[in-house]
Amino acid sequence: MTQEQQSSMTPMVAATDVHKWFNQTEVLRGVSLTVGRGEVVVIIGPSGSGKTTFLRCLNHLEKIQQGQITIDGENIGYRVENNGKLKEDSEKNISHVRAQIGMVFQRFNLFPHMTALQNVIEAPIHVLGISKAEAEERARQLLQKVGLAHKADAYPNKLSGGQQQRVAIARALAMQPKLMLFDEATSALDPELVGEVLKVMKQLAEEGMTMVVVTHEMGFARDVADRVVVMDQGQIIEQGQPAALFANPQQERTRTFLGMVRRAE
Amino acid sequence: MPIVSAFIGILAQGTQFQWDIVWKFLFDSSILQGAIITIVLAIISQFTGSVIGLLIYLIRRTPLRPAAEAYIWFFRGTPLLVQLLFLTNIFPLLNLARPLNSSTIFTDLGFQYMPLSFFLGAFLAFAFNEGAYMAEIMRAGIDSIDPGQMEAAKSLGMSYGLAMRRIVLPQAARVIIPPLGNEFNSMLKTTSLAGYFGVLELYGAGFNIGNSLFKPLELAIDLSIWYLLMTTLWGFVQSYLERRFNASTLDGTKGTRFIDRVLGRGTPATESAAEAIMTGGRR
Ligand SMILES: Nc1ncnc2c1ncn2[C@@H]1O[C@H](COP(=O)(O)OP(=O)(O)OP(=O)(O)O)[C@@H](O)[C@H]1O
Ligand SMILES: [Mg+2]
Repeated sequence: MTQEQQSSMTPMVAATDVHKWFNQTEVLRGVSLTVGRGEVVVIIGPSGSGKTTFLRCLNHLEKIQQGQITIDGENIGYRVENNGKLKEDSEKNISHVRAQIGMVFQRFNLFPHMTALQNVIEAPIHVLGISKAEAEERARQLLQKVGLAHKADAYPNKLSGGQQQRVAIARALAMQPKLMLFDEATSALDPELVGEVLKVMKQLAEEGMTMVVVTHEMGFARDVADRVVVMDQGQIIEQGQPAALFANPQQERTRTFLGMVRRAE
Repeated sequence: MPIVSAFIGILAQGTQFQWDIVWKFLFDSSILQGAIITIVLAIISQFTGSVIGLLIYLIRRTPLRPAAEAYIWFFRGTPLLVQLLFLTNIFPLLNLARPLNSSTIFTDLGFQYMPLSFFLGAFLAFAFNEGAYMAEIMRAGIDSIDPGQMEAAKSLGMSYGLAMRRIVLPQAARVIIPPLGNEFNSMLKTTSLAGYFGVLELYGAGFNIGNSLFKPLELAIDLSIWYLLMTTLWGFVQSYLERRFNASTLDGTKGTRFIDRVLGRGTPATESAAEAIMTGGRR
């Protein structure tokens, strides 16, 4: 087998038996999930089930107490010691893996002291070390792609929520990530602004980006996901192709959850 | 001590107050020199104190935290006068007094001679003391920034240090600058304590003249004029800085107007931030 074939078979995300405690509370209770290259996985589940926490573990914004996570074959957050135990990795190594993972937050988290363009070029210049001219050229293309070329010089507080979130997506894409994580990217938006952000996410999926998406937008899950994963009480209770899962959920708890969501919609 | 000598002064001059003495010494060269020493001492003390404050904030996040806490405990728990007494007298013990005091740095620069060990000791005392207070201001300022900012920066592959420098501190500056400005206003005046320890800053210079002429009240007027001039000018600078840092964030808040600053009236935004920062009590 050639090295290339080898690497194309390595899953983009491999989480194995991940356990996470906040103080005495175990919020992730043995989560295992594999995400293939180019796959779009949508995670759904009731509030407090651990979706956000799991997503944050994938780029080590949260520490885990047990289990292992690799991104494209590389351990994130921990390295394996000679004795086989896991030890928290150096900041440099963690940052190195994080730089390959884009994350989009519910509350956008744009840098308010920088314009849209400055938000997008910041990390490429200071983390990847590319020139300002090149970073700006790419940033303008990305802003164009999310439909905000005309807002390049606007500060975040002059942008609508939907526009801010699209800048945040452009900012993440500027790092040319292998993987994009979305944590309820549309939940903080007014209903009329949700569509413009979902459209950008859908376009990304069609271009073959590997994505793990936490959302309450069942329509998006149905249309875009390759696989839907249902979490409840810190565990994955069910997963499958969206059409099958929505039509015929196997677990009682999934049925209850989907029923609640339908009633809300 | 100054009260006693002022009292003696009044007896000696038969309670007669002479305005001509006030005007005569207002621009006296040793007063002017003292003013310059005061400004230099205040700037380097405030700057070093701010750096120490930031270091303490960072050390508090490491296993060395108890050392940072001990530092704050000591410098907030003892009087500044005692710290001055200690640090202006520590150099002989370190066998540094002689080399330091043979330095001609002040006379080379055209100032009156003063022992460098006194100046250095006073500088260290002000800087160390200020560091203990700046640590609180830094903490309140940095902690006022949404943790989501640090997380967003980290998720882009930035290290803690880079994220701090590029993302968090520029935003925290807006919160830190108003109380930092107030600290510097205090510092300009607090440096007068160095006059008791052989430093010929503004107060020391004025005190010496007033004492030798038995004209303490006249010189007190001169000193008041000079301190007011310095703090007022600083008020301008501070308003400018606050406006500038607000404008760069474009979040709609305005800097404190100059007149409000001089009269101690902050804008609601800066006032509440400053208030949050000032908890813990100050001199
Ligand atoms: N920093 C924290 N400290 C303590 N407990 C936490 C913390 N963050 C989350 N939790 C707890 O962990 C559990 C999982 O939370 P998480 O935010 O991952 O759920 P979620 O599935 O994303 O929910 P939602 O749909 O409401 O966003 C919850 O019980 C929550 O209270
Ligand atoms: Mg969540």
